[in-house]
Amino acid sequence: MKVILARDLLGVNTVKGENNREILEKKGLLTLNIISSPGAGKTTLLEVTMKSLKNKYNFGVIEGDLYTSRDALRLEEHSHAIVQINTCGMCHLNADMVARALKDMPLDSLDVIIIENVGNLVCPAAFYLGETFKVAVLSVPEGSDKPAKYPELFKEARAVIINKSDLLPYTDFDLPGCVKELRQINPRAEILVVSARTGEGMDQWIGWLEVNVQQIKQLSTKECLQ
Amino acid sequence: MHEFSLVSDLLETVMKSAEENGIKSVSKVKLTVGECHGALPEALSFAFMALSGDTVCSGAELDIDIKSGLLLCTACGHSFSYEILQTMCPECGSVYLDIISGRELRVDYYEGE
Ligand SMILES: Nc1nc2c(ncn2[C@@H]2O[C@H](COP(=O)(O)OP(=O)(O)OP(=O)(O)O)[C@@H](O)[C@H]2O)c(=O)[nH]1
Ligand SMILES: [Mg+2]
Ligand SMILES: [Zn+2]
Repeated sequence: MKVILARDLLGVNTVKGENNREILEKKGLLTLNIISSPGAGKTTLLEVTMKSLKNKYNFGVIEGDLYTSRDALRLEEHSHAIVQINTCGMCHLNADMVARALKDMPLDSLDVIIIENVGNLVCPAAFYLGETFKVAVLSVPEGSDKPAKYPELFKEARAVIINKSDLLPYTDFDLPGCVKELRQINPRAEILVVSARTGEGMDQWIGWLEVNVQQIKQLSTKECLQ
Repeated sequence: MHEFSLVSDLLETVMKSAEENGIKSVSKVKLTVGECHGALPEALSFAFMALSGDTVCSGAELDIDIKSGLLLCTACGHSFSYEILQTMCPECGSVYLDIISGRELRVDYYEGE
């Protein structure tokens, strides 16, 4: 017997992502899917961010890595709950893994969920996890041509963080050119130039985060009242 | 690329449908993959073999149809066929390219009894 399916495979993941989104929205949780190439500084950025907001918000962290739980250990002391996912060779997180991680999290006592995706500029962008926003991190040593060369992620990101700004004087990174290209690829993305090392620009990023945490909370309480 | 997770979604889809249709053993699965995904047929076949072991798809043939990719340069309007790792328009050098075709990633049908 022949059975015709004509089923879109990325769609299978998207449906699971929508389920996650529904759960997270009900709880009023801003959920960020942080994507960058390996070593752009996601974990460092999160360390600094969570440390400075620790008394204000309870962070839930889903940490995606190919192997090891080193990044989760680095973030543990700043987070309220943390789940490490080892993809064992898979180049991105998918919605199913996130669904399982969410089951292990005390969602009612959290304010924000941060998903640190596997370090990879290409694949994670294709897999919707149920996040409110994707946040792309690009670091100065990678070169200013990356947004134009890997547009899929930068097209979809709500915020683009250009990290390691302390290294600008030592590289040929063309900051104005990079920002101009980012604007062409994605006119509505928030572009934040920061150094997780020196703290430069971190206030703006943290401000952006706070505004969005509040907005998502308000949206969900409004819906409950209706 | 993400062959393993695509194949695991593929197997899940086929297994669910096979159960609904009372199919005990699947002999062939037909998959259409657009070139622009960069998914490698050999890696897909390998993942299929590795993951289908204990399922109704065990031993089934995976028939992969690769659809060629077509890109359009949004700067000069030139259209050209996809080649792996090509990130620039061959006419004007622009990197703003739209994928016109070659984005498919679909399980078309399976056969079994
Ligand atoms: N100079 C400089 N170095 C930084 C900055 N932020 C991070 N680093 C360094 O960059 C390296 C990688 O940082 P991580 O935070 O581990 O990067 P990551 O993106 O989490 O890496 P993966 O999870 O492995 O993909 C570390 O050595 C950091 O100390 C920065 O703003 N300036
Ligand atoms: Mg990390
Ligand atoms: Zn062109």
